[in-house]
Amino acid sequence: MLFLELFSFEFMRRALLAALCISIITPMIGQVIVLKRMSTVGDALSHTGLAGVAIGLVLGFNPIIGAFAAAICAGLALELIRRRFSWYAELSVSITLSLGVGLAAVFSGMAPGAGFYNFLFGSIVAISNGELFSIAMLSIIVVGITIFLYRPLLHIAFDEESAVSAGIPVNTINLIFTILTAVAVAISARTVGALIISSLMVIPVACAMQISRGYKENLIYSIMFAFLFTMAGLILSFYFNLRPGGAIVLIGIAVLVLLIIVRPRR
Amino acid sequence: MEIITVKSLYFQYEKEPILKNVSFDVKKGEFICVAGINGSGKSTLLKLLLRLLKPTLGCADVLTNNVAYLAQRASAFNPDFPATVAEIVSLGIPIKMNIGLREQRKTVDNALKQMDMLDYRNQSIGRLSGGQQQRVLLAKALVKKPDLIILDEPTVGMDNGAATQICCLLGKLNKKENATLIMVTHDVPLILNHADRILQFEKGGIKLSSPKDFYQNIALHD
Repeated sequence: MLFLELFSFEFMRRALLAALCISIITPMIGQVIVLKRMSTVGDALSHTGLAGVAIGLVLGFNPIIGAFAAAICAGLALELIRRRFSWYAELSVSITLSLGVGLAAVFSGMAPGAGFYNFLFGSIVAISNGELFSIAMLSIIVVGITIFLYRPLLHIAFDEESAVSAGIPVNTINLIFTILTAVAVAISARTVGALIISSLMVIPVACAMQISRGYKENLIYSIMFAFLFTMAGLILSFYFNLRPGGAIVLIGIAVLVLLIIVRPRR
Repeated sequence: MEIITVKSLYFQYEKEPILKNVSFDVKKGEFICVAGINGSGKSTLLKLLLRLLKPTLGCADVLTNNVAYLAQRASAFNPDFPATVAEIVSLGIPIKMNIGLREQRKTVDNALKQMDMLDYRNQSIGRLSGGQQQRVLLAKALVKKPDLIILDEPTVGMDNGAATQICCLLGKLNKKENATLIMVTHDVPLILNHADRILQFEKGGIKLSSPKDFYQNIALHD
């Protein structure tokens, strides 16, 4: 009965639905990022997204649009820098991350009120009906495109050179994927927080990799883990007055540690 | 019937000529072994045949669009990569083929059977040995039933047993399925029993010989 109390609050119903959307899209994006061995890309995009939030707050436009635009710019910059330093590809992440942190630090100082702080750790329980609708629509688009590109994305993650020789338009698909990642970052910045997005992209995938053998199986497990973490995090934060974003990530880490301990290496 | 026609082919990177006046034909169903020292132009020839490079002069025509290419791999796949053997092999099916799931499964299983890997279809690719992984990649190349298979050192980094097994499978593929194969290798003796002709790169030019002549030539030099 105590559990059902959650659903009696409209703000919690909205939060649970938003959490459902986030728990589907973040592992779908995260799986490709992890398998391309670019787990830190999420960090670079989310920190740059944070800079977009700060710029939006200072200039008076919707900070979510700011996060989205900044994350896309960061994704393109990452690709350009990666091509310039092909032997030191990880440099591109560090440089973009530094740019994002620098811009966020400068503009957050000028941002009015506590708005910027809400985007650091998110405020999933404070979203409006309109925001929930936008999150749901954008999530459907991300899921639809990711399913449509399922095989090319697997091929690129497995072996980019072989994907090129098979005639897959790798550059175009990488660009579309960057835009999808930017959408996921923008949605998540408002809900679970910009500092926590990359954890939510990576931890469920890492948990799934402990128990799965195949790509599809790994994707399904990742979504199930993400759903479990976000729901458990929300419920705990409701009863113990915690920040939902932080609770979600800590539960994820606890489950991952547990899996590493109980699952011997295959 | 010819499947490859190379005529008076010249190629140079900047000012350095790599291929000079190379001409040869490959008939359908032939197994050609391409040999030569590092930097002699073997991989450049493959890239020209795959249309990844353009000839400086002359032509390198492949008279089919149904070509499978197995690139050289320096190391095994990441052992934690979560993909089954069947999932990887299915990537070889062109998206344009637009076949149903049942048909897709049948195609994948047939290719795995040809490579003696059907028992591993649900195994994780990263958990297989280097030789088994290479057989999976060959199965991936076979699913679209290519007219021509181009292989760049498919046995590199393998022990002798695994390399011999791959060469036997390639020989079987050539004889039973009448597949045309072009294979670059540094280990010619390994493939001598299966190849129809040896294309030896020498100072920008080429020398074509039968496996028997090639073997006698080696014996003469030794």
